[in-house]
Amino acid sequence: MTTTATKPSGSTPIFQQKRQMPFPLNIYQSAIGRKWVMALTGIGLLGFVLVHMIGNLHIYEGPAKMHEYAESLRTLGGGLVPKTFVLWLFRLGLIGMFILHIHSAYTLKERSRKASDKADFVGGNKKYESKRDYVAANYASRTMRWTGPIILLYLIFHLADLTWGFVGDGWEAGDPYHNVVNSLSNWFIAIIYIVANIALVIHIFHGTWSLFQSLGINNPKYNKLRRNLATAFAGIVLVGNLTFPILTTIGFINEDNRVCPPGDLECLVTQAEAH
Amino acid sequence: MSNELDLKLKIWRQEGPAVDGKFETYDANGISEDMSFLEMLDVVNDNLITTGEVPIEFDHDCREGICGTCSLMINGQAHGHEKATTTCQLHMRKFNDGETITVEPFRARAFPVVKDLVVDRSAFDRIIEAGGYISVNTGAASDANLTPVPKEASDTSFDAAACIGCGACVAACPNSAAQLFTSAKLGHLNLIPQGQAQRFARTENMVETMESFFGSCTNHGECHEACPKEISLDFIAFMNRDYVKAKVKNRKLAGQK
Amino acid sequence: MSRNSGGGSLMTVLDSKIPDGPIADKWNNHKFSVKLVNPNNKRKFEVIVVGSGLAGASAAASLSELGYKVKVFTFHDSPRRAHSIAAQGGINGAKNYTNDGDSVHRLFYDTVKGGDYRSREANVHRLAEESVNIIDQAAAQGVPFAREYGGLLDNRSFGGAQVSRTFYARGQTGQQLLLGAYQALAKQVAAGSVELHTRTEMLDVVLKDGRACGIVTRNLVTGQVQSHSAHAVVLATGGYGNVYYLSTNAMACNVTAAWRAHKKGAFFANPCYTQIHPTCIPASDEFQSKLTLMSESLRNDGRIWVPDGFDDSRSPNEIPESERDYYLERKYPSFGNLVPRDVASRNAKTVVDQGKGVGPLKNGVFLDFQAAVERDGEDLVRSKYGNLFDMYERITGENPYKVPMRIYPATHYTMGGVWVDYNLMTSIPGCYAIGEANFSDHGANRLGASALMQGLADGYFVLPYTIGDDLAGRLGDAPISTNDPVFTQAEADVQGQTDRFLSTGGTRSVDWFHRELGHLVWDYIGMERTKEGLEKALSEIPALEEEFWKNVCVPGSGTNLNSSLEKAGRVADFFGLAKLMAKDALDREESCGGHFRAEHQTEDGEAQRDDENFAHVAAWEWNGPDSTQTRHKEELAFDNVALTQRSYK
Repeated sequence: MTTTATKPSGSTPIFQQKRQMPFPLNIYQSAIGRKWVMALTGIGLLGFVLVHMIGNLHIYEGPAKMHEYAESLRTLGGGLVPKTFVLWLFRLGLIGMFILHIHSAYTLKERSRKASDKADFVGGNKKYESKRDYVAANYASRTMRWTGPIILLYLIFHLADLTWGFVGDGWEAGDPYHNVVNSLSNWFIAIIYIVANIALVIHIFHGTWSLFQSLGINNPKYNKLRRNLATAFAGIVLVGNLTFPILTTIGFINEDNRVCPPGDLECLVTQAEAH
Repeated sequence: MSNELDLKLKIWRQEGPAVDGKFETYDANGISEDMSFLEMLDVVNDNLITTGEVPIEFDHDCREGICGTCSLMINGQAHGHEKATTTCQLHMRKFNDGETITVEPFRARAFPVVKDLVVDRSAFDRIIEAGGYISVNTGAASDANLTPVPKEASDTSFDAAACIGCGACVAACPNSAAQLFTSAKLGHLNLIPQGQAQRFARTENMVETMESFFGSCTNHGECHEACPKEISLDFIAFMNRDYVKAKVKNRKLAGQK
Repeated sequence: MSRNSGGGSLMTVLDSKIPDGPIADKWNNHKFSVKLVNPNNKRKFEVIVVGSGLAGASAAASLSELGYKVKVFTFHDSPRRAHSIAAQGGINGAKNYTNDGDSVHRLFYDTVKGGDYRSREANVHRLAEESVNIIDQAAAQGVPFAREYGGLLDNRSFGGAQVSRTFYARGQTGQQLLLGAYQALAKQVAAGSVELHTRTEMLDVVLKDGRACGIVTRNLVTGQVQSHSAHAVVLATGGYGNVYYLSTNAMACNVTAAWRAHKKGAFFANPCYTQIHPTCIPASDEFQSKLTLMSESLRNDGRIWVPDGFDDSRSPNEIPESERDYYLERKYPSFGNLVPRDVASRNAKTVVDQGKGVGPLKNGVFLDFQAAVERDGEDLVRSKYGNLFDMYERITGENPYKVPMRIYPATHYTMGGVWVDYNLMTSIPGCYAIGEANFSDHGANRLGASALMQGLADGYFVLPYTIGDDLAGRLGDAPISTNDPVFTQAEADVQGQTDRFLSTGGTRSVDWFHRELGHLVWDYIGMERTKEGLEKALSEIPALEEEFWKNVCVPGSGTNLNSSLEKAGRVADFFGLAKLMAKDALDREESCGGHFRAEHQTEDGEAQRDDENFAHVAAWEWNGPDSTQTRHKEELAFDNVALTQRSYK
């Protein structure tokens, strides 16, 4: 009679390996592949955040230039393609990246939750019964799962507020300067923007460092720079983005000297050309 | 002369994998500061035995920091708060008189509790079996000096090979990920010429086996801080790169570089 | 306990089966003359390997690569935990890469001489021959041996060898070699040709008609007692240094597998040969669980001394030069602090016994680096010994750059073990012993960096050939059914012992008995043995043993993890072994290698061999629990190495 080795209980896999999908989808089936997707989409989204912040600095040039900038985005691609075509390509790309970023983040979080001991494990602080003493994990890295959803909610609010005009009265299509001042001069909304942007920057601070690690971009010579880069990037975004709500609520950005009435796009175009 | 400590211990007791566990409190008085943490537990156990109680089970063996058997989450840190130290090499002089010390098993769903503080880490063996070796049957090796290995590669490979397989990385990881363990073995074998033939198959198989047991890395770096051998996070990056390379490479051509 | 439950006749005359021919041809001739098992037939044979250290893992991997069906048993949670992992120094290989005149013959010669002429020439020569293959095999497996800048392997001289033949992997050679063997084993487990049983302890060898036909194990997690049958049983279960309680061995190292085989008929050879390592950190308190070894290289620059006065409790830096006794430099002017391990160890014991010991428990001697720091500067000393100094400071809380280290000898390795013939088969047909568990290659003392070499030689390159000789003749024999009465009886015996421990209900812990036993063994069968001491041991150990069986307390149950229960069984076997060690040491009326009888020393205090009467292996045969073992002799012939007496003056 032969006996068989009784495998220890820890030898039973927790996650069943799924049938491999065709390349390159099989990369997305693995957790490491998903981290790659998070990192790559993260890079795209970081680019968007930076460009968005820089573009918004046009607000300091007044309502007319701000309108001109907004219009330039719609006419990207010149006469070659219909108006807003390229902009929509960017938008669709961003939406795609956003969805992938969120989907991979959510599924990886679920995987980690299942891989930890307790069924109710959430957010990294209930794996142990006793108090967990973190050494390396900083505030930013531990709160990715909270700053992420905050950013998503903020994004929806932000679109509703300034793109769709669902929040409050006085929204005027095509006049971003007016809409910003109109919205952010309300201190309550300004605080939402400030809090959300701080969350965004915390998210970016860990993400910018982490993406190098996920993509395996690693060289001891440059590894210190990764942290510096993350700090610098986050700092620039923080300063740039916070100026808008702060300077608006305190009245530095205002419509006191405005020439065109809000929403008068023809006037704004003439004004911009006059400069 | 060495000082003595009086301590209170909050220790996780659990009869078996299927039973609920809970903390029990024990006094450990007159503990010499020269004792290791495990010797302190020996004293507690000796007292328990002579009073007819069931002693606390904990994993341990070499007691010189190399076998990787000992574990324990001490005051919320894997192997305690001392850097680059296994529990067996953690000495009581690092604690204060009157302190309450909380001791829990390493936790992850892939590390089920066997009893008390003992967990089953056999998932690590399964990961090694998935490819953590160089396939050279006994007798098939050529002369050792026929394959020069650049010293730098050899040294870095050794830094990874120093892993003792204790599981502190998984225990410390909020996600219960085993990236540091797996990448240490991959770093050991993928960096040297002998390991090239199987490099990409090894990476793919080991990573996918790892992922069937463990969570996903979020680059906190807790694993490195907990690691008694201070294995570098660089190996995780190396693994992430090799894994996607392995997926992209056409295996038939992989051997051609 | 029943013995010889399989009945049948046991070999009573020791036949070492050493092949004929010149020493350099014996192994080659033998490999040609052993019977082979056809590749297609190998899968019909099942082999049990107990233990997963260097010897066990390498044997299991190699046998399964050949096609045998292998089952591996380890009481650890993973094969990688075996104590081979703790070896620091290195592994010898007669590669002569350094062009300094090394050769297979020189390694052979050094090993026989180092073993104080108490080993088998043929075995040692085979070991030296295979040493070169081990290096090749390990390097191919990816073992990160130290390398030169050109990418080729680096060597160093070790343990006083005149040539640089030691390959090393930082201070973790054992770890890296074990991981190599473990990985080779993992490869075979993945291939499905090795069945791995972890946390499973072997508790008996089972015989049928005088042959080993399997083992009985206990699953340490569930308590299940189970039989496993096979065509051959290989014991790779390490040494018995833990009989001293305090040693450099891991906590779980034990003699149980070897001892239970001994009780079933395997002769136990030279149990009195134990090696003491001179530079370990002394115990700090009664609950000290093990002693940590510090590399011997420290003696290259450290000076060993004790205070002149007795019970001097001043701090070492306050003791003036004139009141220090650098006893090794005084007694051995030419070798000084670099005298061999056993000489350094014995002298440390002498001064500590005189009451000149240092440290809180007066149980050490100083190893002082002040002169080295003054001469070479702290930085150079740090570059040489930084790791060791850090390790010392971690354990003792003292800074060796400022305060002298305290060191004391500790048991490190056991040369004695299960008697085996040239095929590594024990006196039970079908049962083999490899690695430290057998007695074969080191004689009365082991050279530095040879333990790893022997474990791997046995596992990779010797057993896989020699095992076929016996198996070839058994083609067609099915393994004995585990329902056979020989198995059920053995299972009942194992279960009976478990139940007995759990129901004894005494008042003392197993560890208490182990500590007490350790004290006796250390005091009477330690570094220096005397007739009176050994006779004392033979009266005091049985008394303690009797107390153990009456008064041991093993709480908990037999159906889940219970380390007290595991230890109880192991300590019970240590009692038997300790008695045999004392008997063996008493009968060996000479001093050789690790066995030093105070009555037999030269005027210089050197070990005095008696080649006329004791150039033999003493192999002990079990005669049942109530009668003493029979001492058999295997005469040793030295045709290739001239017997000399060493001197270090």
